[in-house]
Amino acid sequence: MQAMMEKRAKELLADGTVNRVLGWSAGEFPYDITPAVFETAKELEDAFVYNDFCAANLSKYLVKESRKEGKILVFLKPCDTYSFNQLLAEHRILRENIYVIGVPCYGKADVEKLKAMGIEGITGIVMQNGTYTVETVYGDQTVKAADAMAERCLSCKSKKHVVYDELLGDEGEVDADCNRFDMVEKLEAMTPDERFAFWRGELSRCIRCNACRNVCPACTCEQCVFDNPNSGVSQKAAVTSFEENLFHIIRAFHVAGRCTDCGECSRVCPQHIPLHLLNRKFIKDINEFYGDYQAGADPEAKPPLGTYDKADREAGEGGRH
Amino acid sequence: MQRIGVFVCHCGTNIAGTVDVVAVAKALGQEPGVVFSTEYQYMCSESGQQLMRAAIREHKLTGVVVCSCSPRMHEATFRKAAALEGVNPYMVEIANIREHVSWIHKDMAEATEKAVILGRAAIAKVHLNAPLQAGESPVTKRALVIGGGIAGIQTALDIAEAGFEVDIVEKSPTIGGKMAQLDKTFPTLDCAACILTPKMVDAAQNEKINIFAYSELESVKGYIGNFKAQIRRKARFVDETKCTGCGICTEKCPQKKVPNEFNMGLDNRRAIYIPFAQAVPKVATIDANYCTMMKTGKCGICSKVCGTGAIDYTQKDTVIEREYGAIVVATGFNPIDAKVYNEYGYMDSPDVVTSLELERLMNAAGPTNGTLLRPSDKTHPHTIVFVQCVGSRCDETDERGKPYCSKICCMYTAKHAMLIREKYPDTDVYVFYIDVRTPGKNFDEFYRRAVEQYGVHYIKGQVGKVVEQNGKLHVQASDLLANEQLHIDADLVVLATAIEPDKTARSLGTMLTASMDTNDFFTEAHPKLRPVESPTAGIFLSGVCQGPKDIPETVSQASACAAKVIGVLAKDKLTCNPCVAHSDELLCNGCSSCEKVCPYGAISYSDKEFRGPNRTTLIRRVASVNPAVCQGCGACTVACPSGAMDLKGFSNKQIMAEVDAICK
Amino acid sequence: MQVNEYKPKIVAFCCNWCSYAGADGAGSARLAYPAEVKIIRVPCSCRVNPMFILRAFQRGADGVIIAGCHPGDCHYTSGNYFTRRRMALLFSMLDYLGIERERTRVEWISAAEGAKFSKTMSEFAATVASLGENKRLEDLRCKQ
Repeated sequence: MQAMMEKRAKELLADGTVNRVLGWSAGEFPYDITPAVFETAKELEDAFVYNDFCAANLSKYLVKESRKEGKILVFLKPCDTYSFNQLLAEHRILRENIYVIGVPCYGKADVEKLKAMGIEGITGIVMQNGTYTVETVYGDQTVKAADAMAERCLSCKSKKHVVYDELLGDEGEVDADCNRFDMVEKLEAMTPDERFAFWRGELSRCIRCNACRNVCPACTCEQCVFDNPNSGVSQKAAVTSFEENLFHIIRAFHVAGRCTDCGECSRVCPQHIPLHLLNRKFIKDINEFYGDYQAGADPEAKPPLGTYDKADREAGEGGRH
Repeated sequence: MQRIGVFVCHCGTNIAGTVDVVAVAKALGQEPGVVFSTEYQYMCSESGQQLMRAAIREHKLTGVVVCSCSPRMHEATFRKAAALEGVNPYMVEIANIREHVSWIHKDMAEATEKAVILGRAAIAKVHLNAPLQAGESPVTKRALVIGGGIAGIQTALDIAEAGFEVDIVEKSPTIGGKMAQLDKTFPTLDCAACILTPKMVDAAQNEKINIFAYSELESVKGYIGNFKAQIRRKARFVDETKCTGCGICTEKCPQKKVPNEFNMGLDNRRAIYIPFAQAVPKVATIDANYCTMMKTGKCGICSKVCGTGAIDYTQKDTVIEREYGAIVVATGFNPIDAKVYNEYGYMDSPDVVTSLELERLMNAAGPTNGTLLRPSDKTHPHTIVFVQCVGSRCDETDERGKPYCSKICCMYTAKHAMLIREKYPDTDVYVFYIDVRTPGKNFDEFYRRAVEQYGVHYIKGQVGKVVEQNGKLHVQASDLLANEQLHIDADLVVLATAIEPDKTARSLGTMLTASMDTNDFFTEAHPKLRPVESPTAGIFLSGVCQGPKDIPETVSQASACAAKVIGVLAKDKLTCNPCVAHSDELLCNGCSSCEKVCPYGAISYSDKEFRGPNRTTLIRRVASVNPAVCQGCGACTVACPSGAMDLKGFSNKQIMAEVDAICK
Repeated sequence: MQVNEYKPKIVAFCCNWCSYAGADGAGSARLAYPAEVKIIRVPCSCRVNPMFILRAFQRGADGVIIAGCHPGDCHYTSGNYFTRRRMALLFSMLDYLGIERERTRVEWISAAEGAKFSKTMSEFAATVASLGENKRLEDLRCKQ
């Protein structure tokens, strides 16, 4: 797949369709991957990579990149296309400056899970038939995909690309029965005390590094309210307390109805806080209260918080306890 | 830093009786930025305002906090006073320490503490207030009157008299409303039609008045001075411009079995009809539900007999759009459905009638040509029982009835009783009442004539049951004063059913965003001081849509309402509310979230150039608010994720400052 | 015996057109409700940003209530419908975080419902008082 992508990227650069390519670049280690913009065939040859460690959702970079001179090629995994559509709906990206190639994804590997299994010296990874073949300096090792896959990919909602100019690989399908709300339901079933304890445990670890916000494709504000001294909510230093959930509640609310559930927030959290569980709660509530809604599935759809029904439930209605 | 003056009002003892106003003034004087703090007997009085103005001059105040009654009462007063001294009126904030403190709390320490906190919140807000300039918007010099009863007609005539155009939208084929159905009117006993129809003709002939009868309001957009309304002109299947109202079609129409709503269904009309002889516009209407031609395509007799070729079976509804500066609601009332009170046998016997039905039975143009006959066997009734308060003055648990007094029933029943005794002296008339309520000019005298001069039997007590037995109506009732059960065999029972707002009122209220009470009567801006205005600017109330009233009251209110409308239309420009949304372009993402929740379409987007890093130019899509269209609800400010959208006068920072002051 | 009775702090956001007028009506009719309830006037319930509510809790409020026109009667046509959706989601989220749901409430109170205003505020104050001090959200506070 990487070779195919590189070939197409070179062709499109060569024929002038695009002047830049947004993709993933290998770092010192094969799992040490960063998003990058490539401008020449040479740069692509040197650093372009696409493997089962390429987890980053590239859509957010288009907010800035699509405003630059010339057209840019972007590779999007299925879940990234939802973010792309959502950004499009919010006029955050300029579609005419973007060439989208959909690339398949069968679930990205979580390098920390591999490391926890004692696998060291990783040089590469290949997924086939539900198994990761991990190449290491000590030889290949095979791991069941389910054991090493990133949490978010284990409950993948869709392998379908909802937008593309060109698709490499086969068209995937939406998984209507994915189990992504299992953990939310588990929390809902707890007593308020248990839930409070759970969240205090999780959120008290927050160091307010802002990684979640900075990676979030829904958080594309020109200036975040938390950075704006005039907004009244900006805070200077983080306090090592549960205080951080004010930030997380507001952030979750700001992306409510807009969050596509790409899971980037939890992926990048250095403290491993399951932030996606906040967003998923809003998604689940929106589905239950106002009918199924998947942000980004249809850029023309009315956002749930931008519309209403006269027969909507009352606030607090049907709540637990 | 603001220089803030605090003025604490005693409101006589209204505030000072429960709040230690001296302590409040002293405590608030200590707040940062407060350079002057005092209390006074009546801040709203001329001398109170002078005191404030002197303090503004003397202490060079930039902001004012008045701790007084509700801002809904005197905010405008204090803003004006401040403006006279060159302080922007929006630098004035009110701490409501009367309605929200002294009137609801008894303990002085508690009330004083709360007053101080509310004062602090107002001070915190004023610190962040900015001077605001009100914009202007033009006024469309035409009024819309919804409803063509006596209220609507009177309002329209008065507005037209002042030289402004008025449209009356009436949903039935003719104007006239309920008054057209009445026989005589109390307390003068002049005939309703004789005094109403000249007004209907005046309205029709007035070149400033357009009557859109058989029409309904479809939608209303806009705001005071600038409403846009869509009016559905329902198809009459008769060309209004050609029909001369000769009535030949209504005589020749073979479909004779259509319940005549004008006569309360007591007789029948044809499928093509003119509701009554004096209808305005006097134009025939085809009732498509009954017309044989419309239903089967076979007949066409009306078309054949029409000398002017006015019949048009293919006519369609049309929707017209009109612009208005003010809207008058005059949707009136209906009696409640007597069906629900089956203990009175309304469904069992045709001889149990409502008062409005009795009006038709006594009217010369009614089904019996004015001779009072029982609907069942067309004989003269000799014993008539009137039941008062059917569905009025019910307690909360009674779901069938209304909690309010319908106000007109006591008087019209006295009128009915009197007229019957006058015309048929051999008739016994009983009136069962809870109370007889006759305040009003010459009203009590009128009632007493019914009792003393005409010998009507007034019995304080309730009717328990009416049962039809052998052609008689057996009435079981109690006489509370004599403390005995009564059994009367009556020939006719008349129910004084409660009146309720027209069924269209609720949806109209929603369309106009005019508030209503739980009974669907429109709410006035102030129950005593602004009785003909809705709280929604530009919406005015005329007649029973606002509450039960009789004809003289309705006409007075209709004229008062017209005066208020004229007040709007006479202006060339209206001052806009400056507390509108505003988008900070530097923060705006251009995401359209705000636009989606704006009920007025006040937000638009454009691509603008911004300076980027390293002398580059960035083009970004940003929102802007049209301040003349924005009404300042603030929905957009919450929809906006970046905080770019804020509301002047109620900014994020201001409200948070109030929150902080209260939670301190 | 001196009993130091716990008095909760309650912030009531009232829309200018219905509920604030309803509060005035409660005042005019002398229908008492606890002094702990302090009213902030907003043009419409839809002006209430979830940030204001969290801010109130952060600064020590024990309960926050939002009062607006009845659905269908919003002075601005649709404001309260948006309020309803926003608050339904926010309240559900607070519940999910284990924060007592009873500390937040939305009520529709018209200008004519002074009695309802008084009753609602009394009930809400009693509910909040029974929950005791806002311990869970206390951890949220940035004490300054």
